[in-house]
Parts: sequence; structure tokens; C-alpha cells
Amino acid sequence: MPLVKLSNIRKSFGPVEVLKGVDMTVDEGQVVAMIGRSGSGKSTLLRSINGLERIDDGVIEVDGECVDPSQIDLRALRLKVGMVFQQFNLFPHLSAGENVMLALKVVKKMGKPETRAAAEQALAKVGLGHKFDAYPSQLSGGQQQRVAIARSLAMAPKVLLCDEITSALDPELVNEVLSVVRKLAEEGMTLILVTHEMRFAREVCDQLVFMHGGRIIEQGAPAELFDRPSTPELAQFVGMVEAR
Amino acid sequence: MAYTFDFSSLWDYAPVLVHGVATTVGLTVAGTVLGVGIGIAGAAARSSGNRPLRIAVGAYVELIRNTPFLVQLFFIFFGLPSLGIRMPEWAAAILAMVINLGAYSTEIIRAGIDATPKGQVEAGASLGMTGPQIFRYIILGPAMGKIWPALSSQIVIVMLGSSVCSQIATEELSFAANFIQSRNFRPFEAYFLATALYLALAVGVRWLLARMGHRMFMKGAARA
Amino acid sequence: MLEFSLWDILSNLLLAARWTVALSVIAFVAGGVAGLLVLFARVAPVPPLQGAAKLYIELFQGTPLLMQLFIAFFALPLAGIETSPWTSAAVALTLFTSAYLAEIWRGCVEAVPKGQWEASSSLAMNFGEQMRWVVLPQALRIAVPPTVGFSVQVVKGTAVTSIIGFAEVTKVGTAITNATFQPFLVYGLVGLIYFALCYPLSLSAKALERKLHAAR
Repeated sequence: MPLVKLSNIRKSFGPVEVLKGVDMTVDEGQVVAMIGRSGSGKSTLLRSINGLERIDDGVIEVDGECVDPSQIDLRALRLKVGMVFQQFNLFPHLSAGENVMLALKVVKKMGKPETRAAAEQALAKVGLGHKFDAYPSQLSGGQQQRVAIARSLAMAPKVLLCDEITSALDPELVNEVLSVVRKLAEEGMTLILVTHEMRFAREVCDQLVFMHGGRIIEQGAPAELFDRPSTPELAQFVGMVEAR
Repeated sequence: MAYTFDFSSLWDYAPVLVHGVATTVGLTVAGTVLGVGIGIAGAAARSSGNRPLRIAVGAYVELIRNTPFLVQLFFIFFGLPSLGIRMPEWAAAILAMVINLGAYSTEIIRAGIDATPKGQVEAGASLGMTGPQIFRYIILGPAMGKIWPALSSQIVIVMLGSSVCSQIATEELSFAANFIQSRNFRPFEAYFLATALYLALAVGVRWLLARMGHRMFMKGAARA
Repeated sequence: MLEFSLWDILSNLLLAARWTVALSVIAFVAGGVAGLLVLFARVAPVPPLQGAAKLYIELFQGTPLLMQLFIAFFALPLAGIETSPWTSAAVALTLFTSAYLAEIWRGCVEAVPKGQWEASSSLAMNFGEQMRWVVLPQALRIAVPPTVGFSVQVVKGTAVTSIIGFAEVTKVGTAITNATFQPFLVYGLVGLIYFALCYPLSLSAKALERKLHAAR
């Protein structure tokens, strides 16, 4: 049984239909990258999986539970689906440790010692155990993004969504974030990423999903898709990316 | 005993209400035109090189902004005659509104001027323009455009504040309500209607000012 | 006619100023609490609540405080509530304050980046938790200067309550004027008393504002 199953997802912003009936499944432990040009609908699709975008039609199933778009139980959904953002979105008034602990305390109602231990563990996992008391403004972009990953991980989600998480970083900081993601993938975490890092996608992902004009028009193993694109759109996209 | 509302008797007083609304509008127009004029002059003075002038204008602004309009009005209407300065109640009302709005708009417009990029002034200066020319042709327009929403809110506040001018018997809208309730003994209805009229005036003035601002300051400039 | 010394006048005005201060404090504190409720309604993801809060704010910002006072003074008895100038003034000024503060604070809440809402909702927080732990702590920081600044409007607003007969400093000033026929002196002093109350508030609002900008 797939962990995430999207069926016929539709979404419009005003008169513009950005998702035109998307179907997609992600199995437990799978690492899936969504690629495509900006405006292809990949970020919107990703954001609809945890209800940040409300879909107009279709069915989202996570971990066997069907999520009705009209009366979504967002809290239950979001306990299963973590998310990391392009702009990190750390809480600036809280230290790194407090960022990680907040939802454990408030949402999961965990006791103080357990909360603290879980936060320390999550920060250690992203290599920032020593930055527990640092505030976001005192951290580099790469460090901030790793705290954001730790913050999501600490909630023990079934699947982690990553929305262009290296796009806002200076080039020299990209790798420290990607290596954390690579480690998660190796440990069997289910990941769905929207990314422009094609080399990373090729090396780490099991499955590549190419979106174009609000639809998935190709999907499969990365090597296959990159080397033998079967649509002109993907061929053009690959050519464009490789020319960069 | 249940109270029965009766708004029908207010019909007889329609002319009184019309007179009240017209007076309130008149006070507001006069107060706005002169008050904003003072504001522009005050803001120019505040950003001028003349230190005593700057201090004097600063004192005026703080004195007005930190005392109630009602007290300013009483001081002008009841206090100034001791110095031999007498005026009819409508003139006192306008004077108080002008002085009040003048102080607020000085501060508001000055904020807009402070936000002018330095390069604009330097560009003007390197074209050989004088200080006043730079102020008039380069700084003022964009500054007014920027602060127009804040200035519009202040104009509405001053218009609503003019309701206390009834206390010196200026025959504006709240005076009309006082008059009506003293005749028909239905204070709730009278004040309720007057309040609704004020609300309509506030919405209308806000709309009008937004239109005017669009006309005057948005041409050509693609301001985000 | 009785002779009034300057000290007689001033001491009576200062005694009355106590009521100006008391009313200001009550309106500001109660208005702050009520304003917080209005704020929650205004920014909650519940359209009918938002609409109601918007209307509430519009009603109080679009009508004169004087009319609000009159309506409180004449309407509360219709609802069977005993009123005095004191209670009417406190009720009207509290509602007035709550509307303005809610609107000021809404601006502060909206200044918190959208990403903060998204990140906290992705962590499964509900609206109340987001406000309590993520948004308000950030909004509060920028809300302090304009809130202190607005307290000046509350103090000045109390002057209008003299018209419905509440014996604060403006009302007592009028009474003294009627007895002494020295309006220039008396209203001048009344003005100075307000200035002494308000100017420190204005100054601290400005100082807080500067501090906030420096901290950024």
C-alpha cells in the first residue's frame, strides 16, 4: 500500500488552473523528486499534500487515511507530513532548540525532559547539537535550514516534504543541507522533494516526476528519465538544465 | 417597560439635519484645505536649515498633538477673547480644526519628506535647482503620494472630531442631533441617526480622498 | 463673587485630573483586553468572524467618539442597564479603544511573514497555538510603540466625556471658568495638564520606536 496517494488533484488560482488532474503515489521509504519549470505546478502540488494549498478536487490519501478536501482534518494530516521550506521559516524569537521543541510541547504535549531530549537528538542528527541555544539570526543559511529540517524530523513524520530547500542558499552552503537530506534518504525516510539540484536528484532519488503545465507528463527512475526522455518537453528541460 | 423605537418623528427635522451635515462638510473642507496647507508649510519649515524655526514648529506640533481638540477649541473660543481676539463660533471651529490638522499633517508630511531618497535631491541640485524649487518640484509630490493614506485617515479623524464643536454652538451635525432630541425627547433615535450620518460621511470622504489621491499622485508612477 | 487664587484653580484641576487618569487607565486596560478579542476575531481563519470584527472596527473608527458616548449614555438604560456619566464614559471609551487597538495590532500581526504561519501550521499547530506561540510574540515586539502612542489618544479622548457630564479635568475646568470668568487661564492650565500627561507617553512611544528600528 502506498504511503501517499494522490488521485486526480485539481487546483485553480482564480482563472488559472495550475493542477489539471494529477495522480501520483509514493511508497514508504521512497525518495521522490518533482522537477519542472517554475509555474509547472510542482510546488503547489507539494504544498497541497499537507494542506497548505486547499485543493479544488481529487483525493489525498496519507498512510491509508483518506483526506477529504472539503473537511480536511489538517492536524492529523500534518502530524504525519512534515515540511521544510525554501525560506527556512524558523521562528526568529526562539533559539534553535526552542524552534525544535515548540511543537513537541504544544502539539504533542510531551513532557519537558522528553521534549528536550528529542530536540537535542534531532539537532545532533543534522550536525547542530552545539547550536541548541543559538538564535536563527546567529546562524548561517545552511545552518538555519538544517535546524528547520531537525524541527520537522523531531515530530517524527511519516513523510517529509522539501520545497526547494536549497534555492535560497549561497552555493557554498548547499552541500551541507543536501548531505543531511542524503543521510535521511539512506536511513529510509520517505521524502518528496521539489528541487532544481538535478545531480542530487539523479544520485539520491528513486523516482523522478516531471511536471509540465499542471500535469505529470513523465515519471520513472532518474537515470532513465535523464538519459532517455520520451517527451520533447522533458528533453528540452533536461537540455536547458544541463546547459546551465 | 419595553422601549419602542420611533424614528418617524425625525422626518420633521430633516432640514435641521441637512443643515447640520452641510455645516460639518463645510467645516471639514475648510479645515482640510487650510490645515494641509499649514502642514506643507510646517513640514517644509521642519526640514529647513533654520533652527529656531524648526524648534518653533516642533513645539507647535507637540503642543497640539498632546492636548485634546475640545480643550483647544474652548481655549480659542472662550480664552482668546480675554486677549481681545473674538470670533463667531463657526470661525473658532474652523480655526481649531486648521490648527489641529495642521499639526498632525506637518508630522505626517515630514515623514514622507524624510523618506525621499537622497539621490533625488542631489539630482535636483546638480540641475541647478534652488532649495525651494527642489522642495516644490521634486520632493513634495512623491512625499504627498506616499503619505496620502495616512493624511486621509487624519482628515476623517478631524471631521469626526468636529462633532464637539456643538459645544460652542456651531450648528453642525451633532448640534442638530442635540437640538432634535431637546424637542422630541427621543435622544437615542436622534443620536443614532446622527451617528449613521457621520458613518456615511466618513465612508464617503475616505472614498473621495482615495480617488483624489489616485488622480493627483499616481499618474505615471508605478508605485507598488 | 468668590476670589480664587491660582493655587485654588490649579489644585481643583489637579484633583479632577485624577479622574482623567483613572478613566484613561480603565479604558486602556479594558480596551486592550477587548481589543485582543477583536484582533483574534479579525485575523481568525473564519470569514464570518473576520467580517464581524471588521464591521465593529469600522463602526468605531467611522463615527465620532462623542456620538458613541451619547449612544452609550442613552442606549444602555434602554437595555435596562443603569448608567451614570462614569459608567457610560468607561463603556464607550473602552469599546472605542478596543476597536483602534485591534486595528493597530492587526497591522502588526500582518507584518509577521506568511512563512511563519505556514511553518507553524506544517507543525500541526492550530490557530490558537500559532497566535500564542509564534505570531503574537513577534507581533508584540513591533506593537509596543504604536500601542503606547495610542494611549495618548485615549487620554485626550477622556476630554470628550466631559460633554456627557463626567467630572474629569475638562468638565471641572468649565465649571471653574464659569465661577472665575478666567477662561484663558483655566483652559490654558487644563491644556497644560493634558500636555503633562500625554507628552511623556508620546516621547516614550518615539523612543521605543527608535529602539525597535535600531534593533533590526
